[in-house]
Amino acid sequence: MSTLSERILGAAAGEYVDRKIDRAYVHDGTGVLTLETWKQMGAKRLSDIPQFYVLFDHIIPANNSTTATLQHELREFACGSFLHFSDIGGGICHQLMSEGVVLPGEVVVGADSHSCTPGAFGAFSTGVGATDMAGIWLTGETWFRVPDSIGIHLSGSLQGGAEAKDLALSYVSRLGMDGGTYCALEFIGEGVKTLPMDDRLTLCNLSVETGAKTGMFYADDVTTRYLAGAGQKAKAQVPESCIYSRELEFDLADIVPLVAVSPRVDKVKPVQDLVGLSLDQVFIGTCTNGRSSDLARCANIVKGRKVAVRTIVVPASRAVLAEAIRTGVLADLVGAGCTIGTPGCGPCLGAHMGVLGEGEVCLSTANRNFRNRMGVGGEIYLSSVATAATSALTGEITEPEAD
Amino acid sequence: MHGAGHAVCLGPDIDTDVIIAGRFLRTKDHSIWVSHVFEDLDPALAGQLNGAVIVAGKNFGCGSSREQAAIALREAGVVAVVAPGFARIFFRNAINVGLPAIECSLSCIKGANVRFDLAAGWIETGGSQYPIRPLSPRMREILAAGGLVNYWRAHR
Repeated sequence: MSTLSERILGAAAGEYVDRKIDRAYVHDGTGVLTLETWKQMGAKRLSDIPQFYVLFDHIIPANNSTTATLQHELREFACGSFLHFSDIGGGICHQLMSEGVVLPGEVVVGADSHSCTPGAFGAFSTGVGATDMAGIWLTGETWFRVPDSIGIHLSGSLQGGAEAKDLALSYVSRLGMDGGTYCALEFIGEGVKTLPMDDRLTLCNLSVETGAKTGMFYADDVTTRYLAGAGQKAKAQVPESCIYSRELEFDLADIVPLVAVSPRVDKVKPVQDLVGLSLDQVFIGTCTNGRSSDLARCANIVKGRKVAVRTIVVPASRAVLAEAIRTGVLADLVGAGCTIGTPGCGPCLGAHMGVLGEGEVCLSTANRNFRNRMGVGGEIYLSSVATAATSALTGEITEPEAD
Repeated sequence: MHGAGHAVCLGPDIDTDVIIAGRFLRTKDHSIWVSHVFEDLDPALAGQLNGAVIVAGKNFGCGSSREQAAIALREAGVVAVVAPGFARIFFRNAINVGLPAIECSLSCIKGANVRFDLAAGWIETGGSQYPIRPLSPRMREILAAGGLVNYWRAHR
């Protein structure tokens, strides 16, 4: 009788295990430091075991010559090695790993904190730093402390203008910014069946904002159908009765549109309480909310109208962009006055493509609103796509309408 | 492994964005991280870090996985970071770059001397001694080697 983490890692919560890694990925930011550190370890070639990925997403295209030079070195290495490489415009690392790559039951690490995202497939997927990753390049394995698990029981289905992001902000608010530290969040219960993969990815993505090691869903019919669509065969995982260190319950029908107020992800209020707050920028995208269903929802809201504030939309991947072109979503967004960015992280990390000025306020669909993150003196509020798109039309925080 | 330094007091939930901002990350020049460490929190802090033991509130190092945060603190001369709890990626990063991250609830007295002994499992300040949460044997080995680079150089 074990949690999904215990089952995949093969040991009981609290134990330390050495585990071979199935897939390991870095991006243009952490990859530079990983490569440098790996060379310092005296390494000549990559371990044979995991599948390795170098996925450029953070500052792409390069914003200055220093960045370009660092990226050039990593690109040369990646192209000369037996690893998977995605250059600028391919998309966000977590998204690319979620487009039919990560499979149920795998152990996956990414050199980025939001590497908890592919846990949505029933994998054990978590973030590590660059030096840990260099060790994995060298040996193909690393150590883990098998986490305690927090059970998040879901019932009912989302109603009205509420989205998975609102549920995510709800659990972050309930747990707080360190309430999940060292734990895995397991999303379980009847309500899970109502959530498509895009929603599950959003929910797992925010798990690290509680300090959690990962967020996980058991692979079910939704998972296997999604993976089959991407050409992958996978089996469903059957939950066993197990012991959770803590349990939370959410009736999805009770979830309302929410906003995380600058500068804390766990400082969450109903949109209702912030209506009228003036905005300078709206940003829709990121590994949280830059997927096809997100862009489609945004387009449904702004189609045939005009945004009242600068609105940046960044698809999470090239596949998402291609889908938006194919379905006409992109034309609707551009027609409404949205600015489209290169698939990737966009301005989320405050390095380029939408940095905020002193005193400016941004409503973003991302996962972090830390002080100064998107620009010194700028303030970030976090919301769902529907809230962000509706607010873009008015230039102030506005409640989304029911679908 | 033991050490000592003067206390620099910080609050809870210090995220890695405020330790070193995203706009300074794209370089291999570690001195850039040292000169901008904590800039968005309090620019005066950078000058106080050499020989310091940072005594912080809960959840130190939350947010981004950027290892530059741990490197910046080490290169700025921080001897150790003490907090009731750490964000897990920062915790691993700190050990991996040879910076002791010590789990302990300590009331911080600015400038006071803080001494610790990781093997013996205590930390001392203001005349009182406190137990610290022990590291795993593997983590102690990595720290004793001066970080994961040296550890793997010695073990392969």
